[in-house]
Amino acid sequence: MERIYLATVLAPLAGALAAGLFGRLIGRTGAHLVTIAGVAAAFALSLLVLKDQWLDGAPAFNGSVYTWAVVDGVRMEVGFLVDRLTALMMVVVTSVSLMVHVYTIGYMHDDDGYQRFFSYISLFTFAMLMLVMANNFLQLFFGWEAVGLVSYLLIGFWYTRPTAIFANLKAFLVNRVGDFGFLLGIAVLLMYTGSLDYQATFDRAPSLAGEVIEVWPGSGWSVATVACILLFIGAMGKSAQVPLHVWLPDSMEGPTPISALIHAATMVTAGVFMVARMSPLFEYSEAALSFVLVIGATTALFTGFLGIIQNDIKRVVAYSTLSQLGYMVVALGASAYAAGVFHLMTHAFFKALLFLAAGSVIIGLHHEQDIRKMGGLRRYMPITYWTSLIGTLSLIGFPGFSGFFSKDVLIEAVHGATRPGAGYAWWCLMIGVFVTSLYSFRMFFLVFHGRERMDEETKHHVHESPWVVWLPLVLLAIPSVVIGWLTIDPVVFGNFFGDAIFVQAANDVVGAAAREYHGPVAYILHAFGTPIPYLAAAGAAVAWYLTLRNPAAADSLQRALRLPNLVLENKYWFDAFNEKVLAAGSRLLGTTLWKAGDTVVIDGALVNGSARLVGLAAGFVRRAQTGYLYDYAFAMIIGLATLLGWLLWRSLG
Amino acid sequence: MIGLSHYLTLSAILFAISVAGIFLNRKNVIVLLMCVELLLLAVNFNFIAFSRYLDDVAGQVFVFFILTVAAAESAIGLAILVVLFRNRRSINVEELDTMRG
Amino acid sequence: MLTTVIFYLTAAVLVGAALGVITSRNPVHSALFLIVAFVSSAVLWLLLEAEFLAIVLVLVYVGAVMVLFLFVVMMLDINAATLREGFIRYAPLGAIVAGILVLELVSVIWYRNEGLPVGRELVPRAPDYSSTEELGRALYTDYLMPFELAAFLLLLAIVAAILLTMRQRPGLKAQDVSAQVRVRRGDRIRLVSMPAEAEPAAGAGEQGAGDPPGGRP
Repeated sequence: MERIYLATVLAPLAGALAAGLFGRLIGRTGAHLVTIAGVAAAFALSLLVLKDQWLDGAPAFNGSVYTWAVVDGVRMEVGFLVDRLTALMMVVVTSVSLMVHVYTIGYMHDDDGYQRFFSYISLFTFAMLMLVMANNFLQLFFGWEAVGLVSYLLIGFWYTRPTAIFANLKAFLVNRVGDFGFLLGIAVLLMYTGSLDYQATFDRAPSLAGEVIEVWPGSGWSVATVACILLFIGAMGKSAQVPLHVWLPDSMEGPTPISALIHAATMVTAGVFMVARMSPLFEYSEAALSFVLVIGATTALFTGFLGIIQNDIKRVVAYSTLSQLGYMVVALGASAYAAGVFHLMTHAFFKALLFLAAGSVIIGLHHEQDIRKMGGLRRYMPITYWTSLIGTLSLIGFPGFSGFFSKDVLIEAVHGATRPGAGYAWWCLMIGVFVTSLYSFRMFFLVFHGRERMDEETKHHVHESPWVVWLPLVLLAIPSVVIGWLTIDPVVFGNFFGDAIFVQAANDVVGAAAREYHGPVAYILHAFGTPIPYLAAAGAAVAWYLTLRNPAAADSLQRALRLPNLVLENKYWFDAFNEKVLAAGSRLLGTTLWKAGDTVVIDGALVNGSARLVGLAAGFVRRAQTGYLYDYAFAMIIGLATLLGWLLWRSLG
Repeated sequence: MIGLSHYLTLSAILFAISVAGIFLNRKNVIVLLMCVELLLLAVNFNFIAFSRYLDDVAGQVFVFFILTVAAAESAIGLAILVVLFRNRRSINVEELDTMRG
Repeated sequence: MLTTVIFYLTAAVLVGAALGVITSRNPVHSALFLIVAFVSSAVLWLLLEAEFLAIVLVLVYVGAVMVLFLFVVMMLDINAATLREGFIRYAPLGAIVAGILVLELVSVIWYRNEGLPVGRELVPRAPDYSSTEELGRALYTDYLMPFELAAFLLLLAIVAAILLTMRQRPGLKAQDVSAQVRVRRGDRIRLVSMPAEAEPAAGAGEQGAGDPPGGRP
């Protein structure tokens, strides 16, 4: 099996190298063929791995394939930990990636950076696989940073646009903040366990909870809590949780396939995956889990609000992604790791679908992204319409769709949780259901129904997208409908994850929910006894009323709610705060250090100062150099007399 | 009775006089060169006195070499002086401060 | 007894001459005083039975070096008055330094003379003893290499002195043999290619004959 794992990882890398280094040689067709072949191979092998793990019940694989360095007993290795969690992630990553590869052929059809783009997304697949298959923190960090790098490159893919450069710089900087915490977390674990290996660290987890670390003098914290919170700060950066979420909406500057692959389906879920993977650690820190819970709940609700007022089609989907990531994180915080990962999987499919559908709309309208200039597209783009509808229904949790199962399980699990913040989280999620439905259907109605608001020129050219674009939509729509139904049984309520996810008995909210569970059909029926479907329906109805039935009401509502609207339009002033306080503060600090530290101390005192000191000393000494012969003769003679006198005096004493 | 000490003392007095001469004639290069000759003479005196009293001919050999070097030195020194005078119309040491720091 | 008298007399002359060297106003006088000092030193060296060096001192120093000094002093037009400025001002300093030096040296010679053969009585050399022979033996055996180097040094001094003082006067008429040897044919003869002059035809020839060569406007 080890060779299969290696091949899975290396196939996309080979494709990326071929397309990236020899792109000119193999041409556009060659580039997409070779990368799709690489990713398809990875997908097939991932399916094989999943089958091996799940159906054949193979034991989890944990081994190193290469030792890079051994430093003071710390082994730095490349190794794989393949269990069911990993296998599931591998399938999700490679399948979405494969869809995106195919879709890209159509989307990037007449872009100059065609080969470069394929090289990047294949490289991303490689990095993401390295991340999910890692068996040690070093490799995890490698994958973590590598996906960040590719994300940076792809947000700035159209590097001649100033906004794209700004957005990728922003993503990079915000992720640095998170990665700093992540790195510190790894360092704490390394310091206390002396190992980078997952298994060794997990074995030590119970004792870590008992050890105390002084974060600042006089405050004792459990090592597990400190390490988990630091690791979660890394996850906050990568998975765009408040307050490190600000980069994700801006990342929509990148091409749409990237938004689907990286900024919706896979990379942003790396944080969720990481926390699930670290569950043996997080389970020993109640405080860290509460922290995760509150952050996730805040993200889930408040970024959802922002989605309501956005007019850029991709930004609406982006805020929806933020909100859904918040749902997953809440699940993690409630110890319902299985529910979180389950939502991750379903979300990967339906959110990728929504993004790709948005991309299809954008292609159809010749790169128009403003939903106020769309409308009535149902007639022109039937396939996109129906797939979008499926994606939207799945997203809002329409009973029977994938999103319904994952979201319902999740909310149920949080309802059962008892740790601090769980009540707040539950309310956030419940309101979030309504909000999700509201912004999703607002966008859906504005794009596909109602008056045709585009100009005549565009209207004339609107057409359904080519097959390479709609085929991935259809292929993603299928799992968006059925995968929840098919997999809820084993993944959430069965013992699918086995030892991969560790939950303490007292925290087992999913297990508690399982006692209420009697098959998917019963679950759907049970849902009608809860407020969730009604909230979603209410959201959809409000959206219908405000966009189609009575658009004027939306405007008057906007005027009536001027203050909340102002807050939302400024995105809670996160960007302003970052720019005015953090960035300006950093710049001020930098300027101060430059002016005071560099110019005055280093340049002035150390570099020029030492030179000036030498010059000053020389200025004194040069006065002795009169240039007159006799002065030198005097010096010699007086020196001779003194030396002689000293010798005599010494021999006297 | 004339002993080694007498010769050495004479040589010391000669040496001191020439040192004083360097101080006194600080502007006149020719007299400075003469004082240097006098210094070397004082040193030669020591060598010869020691050679005689220690009964070692090596001292005389050294005097021989010192005379050689002194002759060469004064020849070149005077040549430099002539060139200097030709260029600057003066041998005043006071004016020779090109090397002033 | 006689040697004692000779020593003190000559020593007095030597010290007086040395003082004369450093104090006289005229550099010519200084040079003459220096000759006196050298001659009296030669006398004292004879007392120490260094006959060869005494003769060399008189011959080389008085005969060559001091003549050179006199030559230069007289050749250069020296304004002695300006050169003696500050003479009085520096006299005390010179006297003090010289006094200190004498005190230090004398204290070493007279009071701290361990290891020096100060009490040794001189035994006159045998009549057939030749200091020249002894010195020559030492020079040509143990000190051969330094001796050759000294000779080389003297040669160097000759070359250097000539090089420094020699100057090429403009308009000097002299034969440059090396320039004569170096000369090449191309430096003397220049072959110019010219079109052949046509035989002056009748009529046309009259016009050309009147013009000076090359002077056609």
